[in-house]
Amino acid sequence: MSPTLDTPHRLAAKLPMNAPAIVFDRVNLDFSGKPLFRDLSLRLEGGQATCILGPSGCGKSTLLKLIAGSTTLPFTGGLHLDTHSPGGQQVAWMGQNDLLLPWLSLLDNVLLGARLRHELTEARRQQALNLIREAGLAGYEQALPNALSGGMRQRAALLRTLMEGRPVLLMDEPFSALDALTRFRLQNLAARLTQGATVVLVTHDPLEALRLADRIIVLAGSPVEVAEILALGGTPPRDPGDPAVTSQYAELLQLLMNGETV
Amino acid sequence: MKILRLCILAAGLLVLWQLLVLLTGAPPYILPGPLPVAKSLLLQWPILLKHLATTLTEILLGLLLGTLLGTSSAIAMIVSPLLKRWMLPVLVISQAIPVFALAPVLVLWFGYGMASKIAMAVLIIFFPVTSSFYYGMQRTDPDLLELARIMGARPLAVLRTIIIPSALPAFAAGVRVATAVAPIGAVVGEWVGSSAGLGFYMLHANARMQIDVMFAALTLLATASLLLYFLVDRLLDRLIYWQPQQGTNL
Repeated sequence: MSPTLDTPHRLAAKLPMNAPAIVFDRVNLDFSGKPLFRDLSLRLEGGQATCILGPSGCGKSTLLKLIAGSTTLPFTGGLHLDTHSPGGQQVAWMGQNDLLLPWLSLLDNVLLGARLRHELTEARRQQALNLIREAGLAGYEQALPNALSGGMRQRAALLRTLMEGRPVLLMDEPFSALDALTRFRLQNLAARLTQGATVVLVTHDPLEALRLADRIIVLAGSPVEVAEILALGGTPPRDPGDPAVTSQYAELLQLLMNGETV
Repeated sequence: MKILRLCILAAGLLVLWQLLVLLTGAPPYILPGPLPVAKSLLLQWPILLKHLATTLTEILLGLLLGTLLGTSSAIAMIVSPLLKRWMLPVLVISQAIPVFALAPVLVLWFGYGMASKIAMAVLIIFFPVTSSFYYGMQRTDPDLLELARIMGARPLAVLRTIIIPSALPAFAAGVRVATAVAPIGAVVGEWVGSSAGLGFYMLHANARMQIDVMFAALTLLATASLLLYFLVDRLLDRLIYWQPQQGTNL
């Protein structure tokens, strides 16, 4: 991996400033006949990274899909982006699966959104090339995904997400399939490149949340409720050895275990 | 290595053929040995080649037209759900009719020339190509489609960039089947009514008790079909460049 990865850099992807907050207002939603959300009200602050933690099946991913408009499940209540910017697409998505198209080169994958909207321009291409260089993937622009390692693929997926230039980034366990070291490096890269955007990151990993979040929301129970909201100091990515991180790690684990037994 | 294996395989088959002749003591007008067949292959080479050209043209044009028709129908069904609702049953019903039974009708309609044989090949090819391509496109990863939706993609761009490439492996499987069955269509068409082609020449030789010539034509047809299959197999592997080792591993 390139040594430039962990050094501060200017933001190559121009993420819009004044990223909107996401507001859930008394949202009700049933899943398979069981109530998943009952009067769920929540505000995810604009321009901040919010990590959502909670036991499996508690509705973390559904929450994310609701924001993306990706679910066909009927729900009542309000859900809106607190934005003054004109309409159009506001969110970009990154999942656990990199979803790279195996028939496109890394560069073309990073440019997928522009290609799908017929917006491919030389400026976009340059922007993508800059991002690829910044992510330590220079030299692999023309490589097919099959020739890349899992970490490189997920980095490419992150770049594809950033290239969308959307103010809201929704990430569903984006690094969970990676080995510890690769995950650590990708977390650093993500924290650096997503500054200023409203990031909602669903994760199983309390340490990941503590490293990347400005705020951590712990969900628990059925129907699900917000068990705890932790506001964290300092700037992500935090060092895992940071005393604040280690002390809060134990607290967070305890919270999660309590949540499982609810 | 591959070629060596093929040569050994071919030689083994020839030896088996000769053994069969020797063991059964079949007379040459029932089962001629490989040597007399090879002799008539050499003697009749110019005529056989002329007929092979006819049959190959029918097969290739049939393949081309059938694949073109199949892919466009599949894409039309993916693009328009309305069209799909009306076309899918027709497609299934068309397979319930034994295509060979249509051969005389096709000859009646399209005449003794190449057109009826090409139509026959197209009819046989159409279904495997359409169904494999259509179901391939239908099985596009829903997560990819959702990603495209969030990206604000144009529908045609999604079709071209995501859906069609996703379906190419399935499409290739259909074209492989089509390539294997296309010669059947052409030859059956020739049997029913024609004045040229290897199928016609086989019947012609059979009627004159030139069984060795018939076998020579058959051998040539089999070899040509096999070569065509391998060629198409290679081309398809090229088409699906991101998947190594897609084709037959002979």
